[in-house]
Amino acid sequence: MQGEPVLDIRSLTVRLPGGADRMNAVEEVSLSVHRNEIVCIVGESGSGKSVTAFTVMGLLPKGILVPTGGEVLLEGEDVLKATPQRLRDLRGTRMAMIFQEPMTALNPVLTIGDQVDEVLRIHTQLGPRERKAKVIDIMASIRLPDPERLFDAYPHQISGGQRQRIMIAAALVLDPALLIADEPTTALDVTTQAQILALIKDLQRRRGTGVLFITHDFGVVAEIADRVVVMQNGRVVEQGPAEAVLRRPTQPYTRMLIEAVPSLEPKPRAAIAGPVAVETVGLSKIYGGGGLFKKERTVRAADNVNLAVRRGETLGIVGESGSGKTTVARCIARLIAPSSGAIRLKDADIASLPERRLRPYRRRIQVVFQDPYRSLNPRRTVGASIIEGPMNFGLSERDALDRARSLLRLVGLSPDALERYPHQFSGGQRQRIAIARALAMEPDVLIADEAVSALDVSVQAQVLDLLDDIKRRFDLAVLFITHDLRVAAQICDRIMVMEKGIVVEDGPTHRVFNAPEHPYTRALLDAAPGRGFGFGKAA
Amino acid sequence: MLSYILRRLVATVPVMLIVAVLVFLMLRLTPGDPAAIIAGDNANTEQVALIRTRLGLDQPIFVQFFIWLGNILRGDFGESFFFKKTVAELILGRLEPTLSLALFTIVIAVAVAVPLGVLAAYKQGTWIDRIVMGFSVMGFSVPVFVIGYGLIYLFAIKLNWVPVQGYQPLAQGFGGFIHRLILPSVTLAVIYIALIARMTRASVLEVLGEDYIRTARAKGQVEIKILFRHALKNAAVPIVTVIGLGIALLIGGVVVTESVYTIPGLGRLTVDAVLARDYPTIQAVILLFSLVYVLINLAVDLLYTLLDPRIRY
Amino acid sequence: MSAEPAILDTARPVAARPPSDAWRRLFRHPGVLVGGFILLFMVIVGLCAPLLGTIDPSGINPTVRNRLPGFERTIRADDGTEIPFTFRMGTDSLGRDVYSRVLYGARVSILVGVIVAVISIVVGLVIGLIAGYVRWLDGIIMRFMDGLMAIPAILLAIALVSLFRAGLFSVIVAIVVPEIPRVVRLVRSIVLSVREEPYVEAAIMAGTPTPKLLIRHVLPNTVAPLIVQGTFICASAILIEAILSFLGIGIPPETPTWGNIMAEGRSLFRVFPHNIFYPGIFLALTVLAVNMLGDGLRDTLDPKMAQR
Repeated sequence: MQGEPVLDIRSLTVRLPGGADRMNAVEEVSLSVHRNEIVCIVGESGSGKSVTAFTVMGLLPKGILVPTGGEVLLEGEDVLKATPQRLRDLRGTRMAMIFQEPMTALNPVLTIGDQVDEVLRIHTQLGPRERKAKVIDIMASIRLPDPERLFDAYPHQISGGQRQRIMIAAALVLDPALLIADEPTTALDVTTQAQILALIKDLQRRRGTGVLFITHDFGVVAEIADRVVVMQNGRVVEQGPAEAVLRRPTQPYTRMLIEAVPSLEPKPRAAIAGPVAVETVGLSKIYGGGGLFKKERTVRAADNVNLAVRRGETLGIVGESGSGKTTVARCIARLIAPSSGAIRLKDADIASLPERRLRPYRRRIQVVFQDPYRSLNPRRTVGASIIEGPMNFGLSERDALDRARSLLRLVGLSPDALERYPHQFSGGQRQRIAIARALAMEPDVLIADEAVSALDVSVQAQVLDLLDDIKRRFDLAVLFITHDLRVAAQICDRIMVMEKGIVVEDGPTHRVFNAPEHPYTRALLDAAPGRGFGFGKAA
Repeated sequence: MLSYILRRLVATVPVMLIVAVLVFLMLRLTPGDPAAIIAGDNANTEQVALIRTRLGLDQPIFVQFFIWLGNILRGDFGESFFFKKTVAELILGRLEPTLSLALFTIVIAVAVAVPLGVLAAYKQGTWIDRIVMGFSVMGFSVPVFVIGYGLIYLFAIKLNWVPVQGYQPLAQGFGGFIHRLILPSVTLAVIYIALIARMTRASVLEVLGEDYIRTARAKGQVEIKILFRHALKNAAVPIVTVIGLGIALLIGGVVVTESVYTIPGLGRLTVDAVLARDYPTIQAVILLFSLVYVLINLAVDLLYTLLDPRIRY
Repeated sequence: MSAEPAILDTARPVAARPPSDAWRRLFRHPGVLVGGFILLFMVIVGLCAPLLGTIDPSGINPTVRNRLPGFERTIRADDGTEIPFTFRMGTDSLGRDVYSRVLYGARVSILVGVIVAVISIVVGLVIGLIAGYVRWLDGIIMRFMDGLMAIPAILLAIALVSLFRAGLFSVIVAIVVPEIPRVVRLVRSIVLSVREEPYVEAAIMAGTPTPKLLIRHVLPNTVAPLIVQGTFICASAILIEAILSFLGIGIPPETPTWGNIMAEGRSLFRVFPHNIFYPGIFLALTVLAVNMLGDGLRDTLDPKMAQR
């Protein structure tokens, strides 16, 4: 790591438009990336990590975010002073970028070969045949199967992981000195994420590229970083070699973030012997089929799922996207009707009840949804949202409000939140409100559908503690749906692993984590980023 | 592909059937004897009786419907007592002017509107954008006949460049044909241009906010290529859609424009038929225009598969 | 070129803005201000027509037929006295005062526009809510609406007026019917997307009965789009009424409407273009004002729809 850095950012400041909660998106940020080095910028939402990356590429929205101070030296050249023409020449040749959403970052109406080729057409004088050979070559090097055939494929015909590979191919085809990766694996499943991380690391080592890697996930940092830059509210809090920052953070904020990462090692938990609160027998949900003119494929979103949750117990359903975990949750909540099977709630089978007869049972199962920004009606006060359910079941407004006030206190909010509107609260606070709303119904079963996935890691830890606490306090049966193994390890008594609609493994959490039986479970565990690092052990 | 086209053609049958039912019921819901209404005011009792037996008016209403529908499917739209011709003859004779006017209008509108819309989107927020958008709102607001008379006043009466009104068939020479067609086409094109330019601008703007546009910038692509290679191709589907849906507006405009310019086309026929309460003709014209509208939008749907690889057949 | 700096905060979607904010922006929108001002002017003109130096808009006077704007002549007032009068916009071929007819014409146009908008929205809202929430009725309703939509709007209106006796009521019905399917589609699509929202699902889990669910959680989402849509329907209704009258198949010719004045002026257009241009300008201005208002409402109340 000697010599001149590939990227040298010196006290960069980027101004926010007026009316924002702070003056600058990024303030006095200094960092550097050397050849053959991966530097991770890590921070929670709003830390300014993405703004920093976009500033380097010169892709900030014009007139809204304006760099007001500092230098951004790309191989010694200040890109902040570069003309638009010069900046375009540098992009794709000396610096390149890949983005968070592989699903939308590729143009849907152009073939993928064409989109990699575009870089060559812009920046080189090569003839069509040479270009095609070069494209096929780079597509092979990112380990895409059958590049000749994929050359003419459209983005919708390949998977998310493959799209991200294509993005990487287009970024690296001209061997830039700097690759900026903005949360490139956040939208991907954990097994795909592991493959993409390995690919980036491998290509970077072989080509000697300097990589600036933006992420919020310390697991990913542990997996890939040579050096780490921690950002908070637009400022650099701490930076240094990855090992040092992760093992011996000097700043309290860094320490807090690292400690908040849930451990992959479950605490030993005693088996719960309470009465079964909800149980499914042969639960299946099949989509598609039918249609007179259309030939639809049928999808078995959930296939013969048997589960039982006892009072006082948290059952985790873990799986990647498309595994059917959310389908199972929505069936049990009867937001959708299962195709077959039974859902036993005490003695009643609610699997096929029509809405009118279902209503009395609604109270017993409550859901906390994933997206805290959409699960509260923005036009209604928090109070109105909480008391809606209890009043449907005959509670007077006064009693319902009393209950709402005490529940808000219980979830750690001030009771005066009742008269306020959802937009006045942060994501974590809204999730607390959603929990209070669920508890107001005095349910037997609480379904948490990816309830902490949209939250920053520090907030996530608090909400997890809250869920664990209320489970004990109200003797709830909790069905916890998540894609995140770390979260599952921390909160679940038992784990079910689902793959393509089928339950592949089922058992006590520590057994599933320590002695997985099914190969898919093993693959999931192996793919968990930062596995070798042992986060959360110290806590 | 062929089976897809066939399937889509079959899918238009229910829609047209509903249109047929509506058109059929329209006449039955008017108070009075349908036979007498169809025959018109000048008919004698024998003619009325003839119509009654021909349409099976003494039979239950759904039998009447199928008799009526059967006749239409055989190309028999009945007889116009007002024009003293069969409706089919009447319509065939009026087809050329309307078709010429509509096609010429579409060509003008698309050629003007799409570039205008792209330009406005590219120059979003500048005075060029504001002028295009201002023109678009005006185009929606000024009625076709006011535009028509305004243009006649300026170009025919004051400047004397073109004839005031009338139509010359293509068979009598292309020069005179186009000379008389240009003003009505421009008149009719105004609202269509307003519609298409607006949609083009909106969809190009929407596409310009997409992630893959950012990707193209990150590759170092120049703005003009981003606009045409990446943006316009993605914006094509909504633009083509609105061109198809705009046909409804165009058909309405044809009726008015032909009246303003005294062009002997289907639009003029529609108005004359309504004024004369010539119901068989009204029914036939509505069915015909609706069928054209539905088929054009079917063609637009089929076009999607060419424009967007994600839409499969 | 995207307006929102999304990169500021990738994890946090833009929260719904409080309603008061939308109203404040509404009254600062130039389109709303200009359009609203013109429209207000037209409403006042229509309401106060008798006070603005007009005479009987239907009064035929064979002695002053086809006069140019600015023509002066003594006429007999209501009380029988002879008074000097200036025909500001000239007269038509029956000797009626075009100025008076144009001013009174504002009444019919605005009335038709507002009534058509209100009826289409109310009927469309009810049918749309039913289609969006009652699964088994959805198919039937929407196929019927597809059929109605397949007939070009003006054509359908023309066909409908041909069935009734000419008059205000039949014109309104004829314009309302083609508008309804569009409102139904809009409402239905809103219902279908809103019912997927987690907060509606939360209300279902809270055991809220369906009618209450619709009124409390779904209906409020339709208000802004329907206000916008209503404005555009109003503009198009004013236009279609004028077209029907102009073609001679709308409101009876003796009633002063802008379309009727223009229809009357058609035959002598070359000599007396003012009979078409004065009402034409009023008509165009009114529709323009309503459209500007609609655009402004859409920009401020319903940013999602502003794309269309």
